[in-house]
Amino acid sequence: MAKFTLPANSRVSKGKTYKAPADAKNVKVFQIYRWDPDANAPPRTDTYEINLDQCGPMVLDALIKIKNEIDSTLTFRRSCREGICGSCAMNIDGTNTLACLKPIEEIKGAVRIYPLPHMPVVKDLVPDLSLPYAQLQSIEPWLKTQTPPPPDGERRQSREERAKLDGLWECILCFCCSTACPSYWWNGDRYLGPALLLAAYRWIADSRDEATGERLDALEDPFKLYRCHTIMNCTETCPKGLNPAKAIAEIKKLLAERQM
Amino acid sequence: MTESALGQSGTHSRRVMRSSLALARGLGAAHSGVTHWWVQRLTAVALVPLSLWFIVAMLHLLGAGQPEVARWLQHPINAVLLLCLILASFQHMQLGLQVIIEDYVHNKLTQLATLLVMKAITLLLALSAIIAALKLAFSQ
Repeated sequence: MAKFTLPANSRVSKGKTYKAPADAKNVKVFQIYRWDPDANAPPRTDTYEINLDQCGPMVLDALIKIKNEIDSTLTFRRSCREGICGSCAMNIDGTNTLACLKPIEEIKGAVRIYPLPHMPVVKDLVPDLSLPYAQLQSIEPWLKTQTPPPPDGERRQSREERAKLDGLWECILCFCCSTACPSYWWNGDRYLGPALLLAAYRWIADSRDEATGERLDALEDPFKLYRCHTIMNCTETCPKGLNPAKAIAEIKKLLAERQM
Repeated sequence: MTESALGQSGTHSRRVMRSSLALARGLGAAHSGVTHWWVQRLTAVALVPLSLWFIVAMLHLLGAGQPEVARWLQHPINAVLLLCLILASFQHMQLGLQVIIEDYVHNKLTQLATLLVMKAITLLLALSAIIAALKLAFSQ
């Protein structure tokens, strides 16, 4: 059966508190999930009081400030700090999003930060994403053709054909959507999840691709595709404002269409 | 999620040593699911007018005795629509319960057993409902 409660060694306890300097006037409390694979201890939430007058506006700014100035053991992924790399995806204030795009001032009360839900944790806020990465590889996210490219240049698309890729190519594979999806939580080993179904549809919708049928064949499966029950958490949570649920619906429509 | 899918990074279970890609590909696509999805939607759409018709008909028959209800069901349109309602309801129920069981029951043997029991019960209930409707429709 699906597990609805955490095993004893996964229950989160209360950890340390790092006080703000006494003269700080604009203090915000950050409660951050901590787990160290080498410590042989259950996870805990540490509390950090941050002086917002000396901190950048985004949640990622606060995390970097904590790591630089308060607690260098805090572990998280980040790179571009402008919503392009997808590294700093985490669960902030109960919603999966990118720490670099989430303004601190949007959050009422304490800022609670956890790793992406239902993934194995490597350390602190770093989830193990090897399964979704392998699933990405399994959908073969590259252009597949038999017709050789024109000798004088690239494969061409009309403006209308190119427009069909808008809302698909922008995905940065942060996996906020997949890890927000209950179907992916319960059956992630077989269900591809919204991020990769959107990625798969990006190639199905590409006018230059010549493997549309094979791509649909590979998705025609009760688990790989049809575990999507249109819960819509994916679209709700996407920090890039994309609509994976619509991409999945388009795949289902095409699969129905080719039976008629 | 099964243990096998979790044990890839080395920080977790080491019982499975297949590559992540092999695990992600699994046994490949079953090449089914379209019919299940399509029939579930068709029956859902069909159930909207059928249910409304049935509710209205039952409100009209409120307080009626057995002979009056039998006379209502002896009308061929009512009999056909009631059989459609029964078939659509049980088919829809069976498809929906199958999804729930597949979602939440992860042990393969338990899953298969639960699915078979559920489908058998649905079939028995559907046949009982049909026989009951036909008996009433053909009663004198």
